Amino acid sequence: MASKRYVLHFPQSIVDKPILSKLFRDYELTFNILKASIDEDGGLLTLDLIGKDSDIQRGVDFLKKLGVEVKPLSQRMKYHEDKCTHCGACVTFCPTYALNINRDTMEIKFDETKCVVCGVCVKYCPPRAMELSET
Amino acid sequence: MKDEKTYEEINKKIEEGNAVVLTKEEFLKIVEEKGIKIAAKEVDVVTTGTFGPMCSSGAFLNFGHTKPRMKMGGGTVLLNGVPVYTGIAAVDTYVGATAVPVNDPTNMIFPGEFKYGGGHVIHDLVAGKDVLLEAKAYGTNCYPRKTLETWINIKDINEAILCNPRNAYQNYNCAVNPSNKTIYTYMGVLKPNLGNANYCSAAQLSPLLNDPLYKTIGIGTRIFLGGGIGYVYWNGTQHNPNVTRGPNGVPRGGAGTLAVVGDLKQMSPDWLIGVSFLGYGATLAVGIGIPIPILNEDIAKFVSVKDEDIFAQVVDYSESYPQFVPGSLCEVNYKELKSGEVTIRGKKVPTSSLSSYPKARKITQLLKKMIDNKKFMLGKAVQLLPSAGSDYTCKPLKERPVNKR
Repeated sequence: MASKRYVLHFPQSIVDKPILSKLFRDYELTFNILKASIDEDGGLLTLDLIGKDSDIQRGVDFLKKLGVEVKPLSQRMKYHEDKCTHCGACVTFCPTYALNINRDTMEIKFDETKCVVCGVCVKYCPPRAMELSET
Repeated sequence: MKDEKTYEEINKKIEEGNAVVLTKEEFLKIVEEKGIKIAAKEVDVVTTGTFGPMCSSGAFLNFGHTKPRMKMGGGTVLLNGVPVYTGIAAVDTYVGATAVPVNDPTNMIFPGEFKYGGGHVIHDLVAGKDVLLEAKAYGTNCYPRKTLETWINIKDINEAILCNPRNAYQNYNCAVNPSNKTIYTYMGVLKPNLGNANYCSAAQLSPLLNDPLYKTIGIGTRIFLGGGIGYVYWNGTQHNPNVTRGPNGVPRGGAGTLAVVGDLKQMSPDWLIGVSFLGYGATLAVGIGIPIPILNEDIAKFVSVKDEDIFAQVVDYSESYPQFVPGSLCEVNYKELKSGEVTIRGKKVPTSSLSSYPKARKITQLLKKMIDNKKFMLGKAVQLLPSAGSDYTCKPLKERPVNKR
């Protein structure tokens, strides 16, 4: 099983079509929606696609054929451990608990696999130890 | 072994390499295993520590004289764009932790980011980075020069003295927001409807919570300050010893404070860190460690205080705090706060700390090592701080009507 993150841009002409459900039904893919928004430019979706590599590729091809712009998620949150003071100010803001505290040591751990790159932590961290960076 | 020890005896043991020095966490284990009586006899020193944002911090800097001479005193001086205080002699200045750059948008775009400020200047100086000095002066017969632009480095200037008028708060509030919108405070970002609770104390490791009635910590006490050696030079501003205390003498809210001083040149960027509070401002996180001599069983009892014995007041920062309305929603202990969740008004509220417990712990370990290596002798206070029962108080400002002439 592979898991790959993509940013999808749906042009306005197809935002009203049921598309994601087909990824599940026809391509045996499961997915986790990390971020979603819709405005006059169309829809923007950050998605974690989970399935066999070959199925993910087929699913991506299907989306592209429909006119969905598909780009791999190119941003990630970088945790600068040297800057982190382990205060804990971030933990009540991280929506996915990617930033959490080991209650025995009271030290911060950053689990990047849980991070959805929402960026909330960047400004809430007093020593600014979190950075949005290009992969 | 007799029941009382003196500073002289303990220092002699440190010199001979025979002193029993434990960190606060190690001491708690000994008390649990052997009981307080034996712990008091066997242990000579317990190291305490704290690391957190402390706004009343800053440094005196003497740059050395320029040629021709320049009186920066009364003029304006910027360090990396941050204004510093010049209302003293020609080339003496004071960089304060909360100063922000002249062109900072502050909270005009709310909430302001405050990415850089006086605390960051101190961090950069102590890290050995070059800092841009820009100065303007009015010029005098004896100090004719009017402008200056140069790089400075801490190793080249005469003095760099960290001098903090209020640090190491003895206990603190736990901040919450019962209103229906997010607020941005010095206690961090507070989510609406009691969405989170932020606290700021090293609790059982914190120096003044281990000496709640100031029986050992006073003027002249030698301390770990910012990675170097410093001293307590006075009680801190807003020192407030006459507050409600528990049976263990521990204040149930903010109380005593310390004014501390030390040579910035000896300190380290690991223990003086510039920090930014969204929508509030820039400041400096300071590391302080204080050794407590276990002179007798009473002091040992105070030092055996645990997180569950220390209570913080849960204060509404949306209304009560800004309007200076006394009172709290409830109180919670630090064991609960450190568990990650407390119950307030029947609601489970996730907690965050602004003070770093891991860094406070590390300070207790470093200070222990300094004493074990004979690099740090205990300094007996030449005068103790005003304590409970004294007439010392902390008052609000009394505003009076002004009749402009």
